[in-house]
Amino acid sequence: MINAIEAAGGLTAVPEGYDVREVEQFLYREARFADESDYDSWEALWTDDGLYWVPAGNDSTDPMEQMSVIYDNRSRISTRLKQLRTGRRYAQSPPSNLRRLISNVELLGGREAASAGCVDLEVGANFVVLESRARGNHVWGGRVTYRLRRDEGVLRMSYKKVVLVDKDKPIPTMGFLI
Amino acid sequence: MTTVNPPELGAESGSRVAPLIKHDKVHGALYTDPAIFAEELQKIWYRTWVFVGHESEVAQPGDYVRKKLGLQDVIMTRDRDGGVHLLLNRCAHRGNQVCDDAKGNSATFRCPYHGWTYRNTGELIGFPFFKGYNGRKLDLAMGRVPRVDSYQGFVFGSFAEAGPTLREHLGAAAGEIDRLVRLSPEGRVELTAGWLQHDTGANWKLLAENETDGYHPQFVHGSIFGVTGSTIGPLYSDASTAVTRNLGNGHSENDLRPEFRKFAEPMRWFGTTEQRVPNYVAAMRERHGEAAEQILIEGAPHVMIFPNLFIAEIQVFNIQPVSVNRCVQYSTAVQLAGAPELNKRMVSQCVGSVGPAGMLLADDTEMYERNQLGIESLQPEWLDVRRGLHRERVDEDGFTIGSATDETGMRGFWSHYATLMEAP
Repeated sequence: MINAIEAAGGLTAVPEGYDVREVEQFLYREARFADESDYDSWEALWTDDGLYWVPAGNDSTDPMEQMSVIYDNRSRISTRLKQLRTGRRYAQSPPSNLRRLISNVELLGGREAASAGCVDLEVGANFVVLESRARGNHVWGGRVTYRLRRDEGVLRMSYKKVVLVDKDKPIPTMGFLI
Repeated sequence: MTTVNPPELGAESGSRVAPLIKHDKVHGALYTDPAIFAEELQKIWYRTWVFVGHESEVAQPGDYVRKKLGLQDVIMTRDRDGGVHLLLNRCAHRGNQVCDDAKGNSATFRCPYHGWTYRNTGELIGFPFFKGYNGRKLDLAMGRVPRVDSYQGFVFGSFAEAGPTLREHLGAAAGEIDRLVRLSPEGRVELTAGWLQHDTGANWKLLAENETDGYHPQFVHGSIFGVTGSTIGPLYSDASTAVTRNLGNGHSENDLRPEFRKFAEPMRWFGTTEQRVPNYVAAMRERHGEAAEQILIEGAPHVMIFPNLFIAEIQVFNIQPVSVNRCVQYSTAVQLAGAPELNKRMVSQCVGSVGPAGMLLADDTEMYERNQLGIESLQPEWLDVRRGLHRERVDEDGFTIGSATDETGMRGFWSHYATLMEAP
């Protein structure tokens, strides 16, 4: 397997020092910042080695070799947000009206973060997003895998993978932060 | 849906679209009238050569992949002798879908309904309880796209039993595909990175016209050009020496080579320098000798091949219609055989640019969808395509060219469209 970030297995025991209520509160906050297009607050949730991935089709393929809907390292997350902040990212200007539900939150285990020299907490959840836009409304749903890390005392996100239930079908423009 | 009433048909003309297409303007009904869309299916999508996929997607005998050709669900297969077929996904018995996987490898397809089995050439090879048919043979088979041909591995299908060959249809556009393939140190491209599927609420022709519209990039893409310091913007400025070329048969290109020749920097077209991809550049010099410098400076084509194949430098789009106001853009990264240094970068750049969240194409698609809504307004009835008419000229090869931001490509598109639609 070439793709180190999705190495088969690799999960260790849930690392010490994470409380499920605290984790849920983090996920809800992240969801709210995304829903409200609060780009600065959302960006502040990321670690420096953050990775934001929305696969297309088979979600176990190597994103370096196969097309993804989004595959942003931290630098490209920053570029994406800068484009949104110009106000001329027409796919999201005006911004969509959004509200999402996060559910079925599970602490899945620990995941070694080689670049940071620590073990991140891996969390799984299901989600539904209602998007309202001039072109029409769309319901987005799927599975999210987060990796969280206590970074100088603050909980941050090093990884967010969003697998859409519609990953095998044509999907409309996704200009917002999913 | 609101549709604009088209002008009265000319008494001498039996064609629905002839009065709707002028040399400098086209009527909004072309994008909104379901009857015109139905006629396009018959006269364009189910007649002319339409891009379907690439041979590299079915590299091995038995490989198959589901595709669209117009509204048709087709299976592109590779038989045991290496032949490529386009089968219609329909059982000859009761019309059930025979194939439900997006892709795979199998020498046969077995209909789940009554167990009829077909070879991957479409031939019926078996059906259970044959006594009910008084024999083991039936004169039935899966439907096939009657003409299938490929150019440099790009597979096209035509539902017309006879007509121009693929090579005749491609005409001068074949040379643009050659330019792409020439960038591979092994002389071969592959489309094996998978396709994004972008549902688009607009008539397919708005996309075909936009692909070589050099007027919009600075406006629609100004946000990302500004943020990344991209050098693309000036290629499509008033001062650019690039040209828009009508290649004939509805094909057109933005020829950016004049700009790249000015800089004369190998790999500038790819947004990099030769120092960053030394193995690729060395392999190209090995293959092409002295000609390598020009190839590495001029880069990849930006060509729209009628009606649905768009090669935008390092990415390929396959546009398929769904209805008068809906289509799907399938997009993938070009992969150059023998260029591992470039291929992952091409996937990465392509993922950043195209598809539903792409930092370029999501904005194009927003324009297509707003454009579709705008055209449903009753007035003014026409869309203007006169830009650059007064400064068009003919190049040394006899092609009509305009400046970088001119609508020369759109006028070429409409001229060919009218020819096809006015045919009986």
